[in-house]
Amino acid sequence: MSPRRVGRGERLMVPDAEFSSYYGRPILKSPTWKVPDVPLYLYLGGAAGTSACIAALADVTGRGPLRRWGRLAALTGALVSVGALVHDLGRPRRFLHMLRVLKPTSPLSVGSWILAPFGTLSGLAAASELTGIAPAVGRAAGIGAAALGPAMTTYTAVLLADTAVPAWHEAHRELPFVFAGSALAAGGGIGLAARGDVRPARRVAIAGAVLELVAGTVLERRVGFARSAYTGGRPGRLLKLARAATATGAAAAAAGGLVPGRRGRMLSLAAAALLNGGAAATRFGIFEAGVVSARDPAYTVQPQRARVEARRAGVDG
Amino acid sequence: MGNSWYGPLADPSGNAGYAADHPPRVGFFTDTSVCIGCKACEVACKEWNALPADGPHHDQPDLLDLTATSYDNTGALGASTYRHVAFVEQTRPRAAAATVDLGMPLPANDGDATEVRWLMASDVCKHCTHAACLDVCPTGALIRTEHGTVLVQDDVCNGCGYCIPACPYGVIDQRKGSREEGGGGAFKCTMCHDRLGAGLQPACATACPTESIQFGPLDELRERAARRVETLHERGVPEARLYGHDPDDGVGGDGAFFLLLDEPEVYGLPPDPVVTTRDLPSMWRHAAAAALTVAATVAAAFLGGRR
Repeated sequence: MSPRRVGRGERLMVPDAEFSSYYGRPILKSPTWKVPDVPLYLYLGGAAGTSACIAALADVTGRGPLRRWGRLAALTGALVSVGALVHDLGRPRRFLHMLRVLKPTSPLSVGSWILAPFGTLSGLAAASELTGIAPAVGRAAGIGAAALGPAMTTYTAVLLADTAVPAWHEAHRELPFVFAGSALAAGGGIGLAARGDVRPARRVAIAGAVLELVAGTVLERRVGFARSAYTGGRPGRLLKLARAATATGAAAAAAGGLVPGRRGRMLSLAAAALLNGGAAATRFGIFEAGVVSARDPAYTVQPQRARVEARRAGVDG
Repeated sequence: MGNSWYGPLADPSGNAGYAADHPPRVGFFTDTSVCIGCKACEVACKEWNALPADGPHHDQPDLLDLTATSYDNTGALGASTYRHVAFVEQTRPRAAAATVDLGMPLPANDGDATEVRWLMASDVCKHCTHAACLDVCPTGALIRTEHGTVLVQDDVCNGCGYCIPACPYGVIDQRKGSREEGGGGAFKCTMCHDRLGAGLQPACATACPTESIQFGPLDELRERAARRVETLHERGVPEARLYGHDPDDGVGGDGAFFLLLDEPEVYGLPPDPVVTTRDLPSMWRHAAAAALTVAATVAAAFLGGRR
């Protein structure tokens, strides 16, 4: 037995935090990624991905206003995402080094190769939309962006999960589905703000909100020891807020489809705001849960210590 | 040869594409049982690699940071600290200690007598067989060298910071400060790559006065370490154990491994680190399934036409 037991006093986040550490110092280095840059990019990338899908199908099914809205949202999301990513680099002048190689073992490399063509194609589609020039090119580019859109919504989950950060890594099976749901809710919500027939966007928004809520609950159940990183402190408050906004937003979206006229439209706009606020808060909450779990050595030591003890018991028994 | 992401791997350099005549894999065996905490390794490393001051006052190097917990005022490995000497002070029951009878009269041990022991250990980048930092680096700035070590190419690194939370040991970090000092980029131990090519030992191993830090071909070091643990066990130090030596562990074995006298977490080391990339195929599968869910949901939402 080791005699050095460091309790965490009032900073205790984890029950029974009796474990050894080196003066309570973190074992892992916390991500140097900046807030709000990176959580914002997680949210916007997802919203843009869904918007591109909605825009392409709205185009094919002849829903002009929804197409226009979706294309502009896809471009805006992609542009701000790229801006946030470049701003986050320690050496922003070298941002093109991201495309120096394509490495399947690096989710950031794969992501850059998804984001770059997605942004370009979304830009072409939006340019054609705004100028009216070359609608055929705009349609082709929009369909291309839509093909990449689903990947845009979930690769960022792998980006977080493929680290040693306990709260992210231990959730690597559930995070992509949380991000998918959150992206659908956000993109569908943005579509709700369009004029004309927004019924498909409404269905996307409601389905996405349900997926986001269910996947988030499953994540917290299955993530094991890192659960308290998601439920306690600031991340816990952010995620509670996110759930409330998403659930209310989904209800408002459904009600907006039932109530005719101006009141229905107001409900849809409120749903758009709530769903996007919820999706953004989800990404901020998950990001911060990871930082909490990296800073506190308990999240690193205790599950690993339990593994070691289980193996020892297996060998002895 | 395909990339191996997990499990034992005899030749990481060969796996990375070096020809069969590449030099043998080298590493460090840090025997903490003879470490005296002198920090010559830290100083030699700083000097040879011309590392800037670090800590919150890195712009005012005359200001010292004191941890106020022990004689360790370095704290942790970082972007400008490639060797870090941990200093642990433990109070433990006297009975637990291995004592040598010097024929001196000892106070009667009534059961609650305690003694203090000091553990010193020089930590360093582990140069993992399966290095998460290298795997996740999007630019290819992090590479496997011909010596089997893991190296950051500073002229390629764009400071994305992905390697930092990927490292299961919390080694690599982003350097603050001006561009001249390398600010913005990720830095860690190079195993003195510039000395290896010239047939020299790394600066820390050269400076270590007690041979606590031993450098050499990894195979030889592993054999030597196994013998050293046996010797210590025979001499009545049952708590001596190796850490990071096992090619079957979660990172495929470390290029820099340790002899410890207590559990790893006491020294600030993770007890059972696993390279995150082990689960990457599963992550991509789940992300693909989730992406298909998105595509199917949007497509289904448009079914039913324009009512």
